[in-house]
Amino acid sequence: MSLALTLHTAPAVPLEADVISPARFAGLSPLEAAKLIVVHGNQSAELGEFFRVSGVANGEIDLTGDLSHVKLIGAGMAQGRIVVHGPVGMHVGAGMTGGEIIVEGDAGDWVGPEMAGGRIIVKGNAGHLVGSASRGSAAGLQGGEIVVFGNAGNEVGGGMRRGLIAIGGNAGDFTGVNMLAGTVVVLGQLGARTGAGMVRGTIVSMHPAEMIPTFSYACTYRPVFLRLYLSHLRTLGLPVSDAAMEGSYQRWCGDAVELNRGEVLMLEPATTTTSPGAPQA
Amino acid sequence: MLIHETEVADTFAEAFAMWAARLVITAETADWAMAAAQSVTGFATSIIGCKCEAGVEALLLPGQTPDGRPGVSVLLFAMNEEGLGKRLVERVGQCVMTCPSTACYDGLPVEPKVPVGSQLRFFGDRYQISKLLGERRLWRIPVMDGEFLVDDRFGIQPAVGGGNILILGRDQRATLRAAGAAVAAMRGTPGTILPFPGGVVRSGSKTTSRYKFLHASTNDAFCPTLRPMAPATQVGAEMGSVLEIVIDGLDLAAVETAMHRGMQAAAAAGALRISAGNYGGGLGQYQIQLHSLLERAPA
Repeated sequence: MSLALTLHTAPAVPLEADVISPARFAGLSPLEAAKLIVVHGNQSAELGEFFRVSGVANGEIDLTGDLSHVKLIGAGMAQGRIVVHGPVGMHVGAGMTGGEIIVEGDAGDWVGPEMAGGRIIVKGNAGHLVGSASRGSAAGLQGGEIVVFGNAGNEVGGGMRRGLIAIGGNAGDFTGVNMLAGTVVVLGQLGARTGAGMVRGTIVSMHPAEMIPTFSYACTYRPVFLRLYLSHLRTLGLPVSDAAMEGSYQRWCGDAVELNRGEVLMLEPATTTTSPGAPQA
Repeated sequence: MLIHETEVADTFAEAFAMWAARLVITAETADWAMAAAQSVTGFATSIIGCKCEAGVEALLLPGQTPDGRPGVSVLLFAMNEEGLGKRLVERVGQCVMTCPSTACYDGLPVEPKVPVGSQLRFFGDRYQISKLLGERRLWRIPVMDGEFLVDDRFGIQPAVGGGNILILGRDQRATLRAAGAAVAAMRGTPGTILPFPGGVVRSGSKTTSRYKFLHASTNDAFCPTLRPMAPATQVGAEMGSVLEIVIDGLDLAAVETAMHRGMQAAAAAGALRISAGNYGGGLGQYQIQLHSLLERAPA
């Protein structure tokens, strides 16, 4: 039996609840857990003013209710498991280093910013800046995995340094902007300006995308390493097609304004015949 | 002791502590994976002259490999960790990376690990790419047919080498038949390889020589042509040929399983006697008694 938190009073303004983390609840009774301090707008409050707390703090936390205004859930967590039975607010899993967060609904902006380990799964859609660096930070995602089954907004993986981000639906503009390394896989459509400013790293798209002029077409080939990544994403439940596993990918190198060691791999449609020259993106 | 009508000598095989690694080689087709496997296990029959012993362990179906392509698992054995690490880099670099469409993965999820991909990556001339999937680091080395993908580090473990059986037959043809039957029964024993050509060695050796410059010489006790003059001949008058099967395995149980299967098959195929090679028990760390092995439940 896990620790259950059920929202009984919706916050009127955003609620910063970084206390909702397995380590913070360790050894606490439900009454003690309810007295932990959260920040409601610019006021301190007790967790129990918003959540009914029951169960046993055994490293697993179950959250129920519309938490779309509750921020920083699982921030900094290093182990354990959080399941949110519904939507969740911004900054879920910020800076986490281990453990797992599962959001069964949608997630707000800034999913897993600068996380260094662990896994976040969002069954619905996510907002902007998934796994991205905070404004002014040198790097975004430092490790771990973020999987969004639905769509995501702009700047997925902005400044990411390591790790894996997978989007089951579409991604917005500036996917992988200023990316340092790591891998972003988008099963749906990409927006504009993919890879702008990327230094290294890999962005994989299952659909054609318009590349910015500082990217250059290299070749069309079947990258073996991608089979391991796509197999892994399949085990996590993402609908990776056989065409994606077996297909050929256009390799685009960039961003030439940086080190030019980044790459965008685009699955070539099965019916397209590759012309000898650089293909139209 | 008899199996069918085959006499089993009351002796033991003397085996040695070694270190082993497993390579999982995949490629676009099973044929190309096997081409790489045959190359990487070439000139690797005996550590006496080859620095390592290697062989194909099993063919792998696409569903059994990390990248879902057809593959081959190969075992490689050396006398120590350092030597094994060097042989891995040499052989993967020269024999797997050179083979079209291949990738090479670590097949032993153990510690310690030795650097392989992390050494071969320099061939990429700074164009190589590191990928970290979970805890697994892989290297993508750009090559002319695309990329060579290789694990950063490979696990190695203590292993057993030099398990063996000697098959004594009426003549060369009969002994070859019996040895062939034994090899067919032994091949595919998980965790083992038979490092000699076709799994069989005809030039078994002893660890002494009358020449100061040699460490080993022909096993005269089992040479039929030397029966009248060999000081301790083991060949009966009715025996015209002897063949040896050497087994290396990831552990003693695997070696014993293979030996058990081999003895049963050789006896069923008409071997006159089955024996084993040893050095008096003073060299190897393991002594596999043939009789007690056969008395245990069949593998």
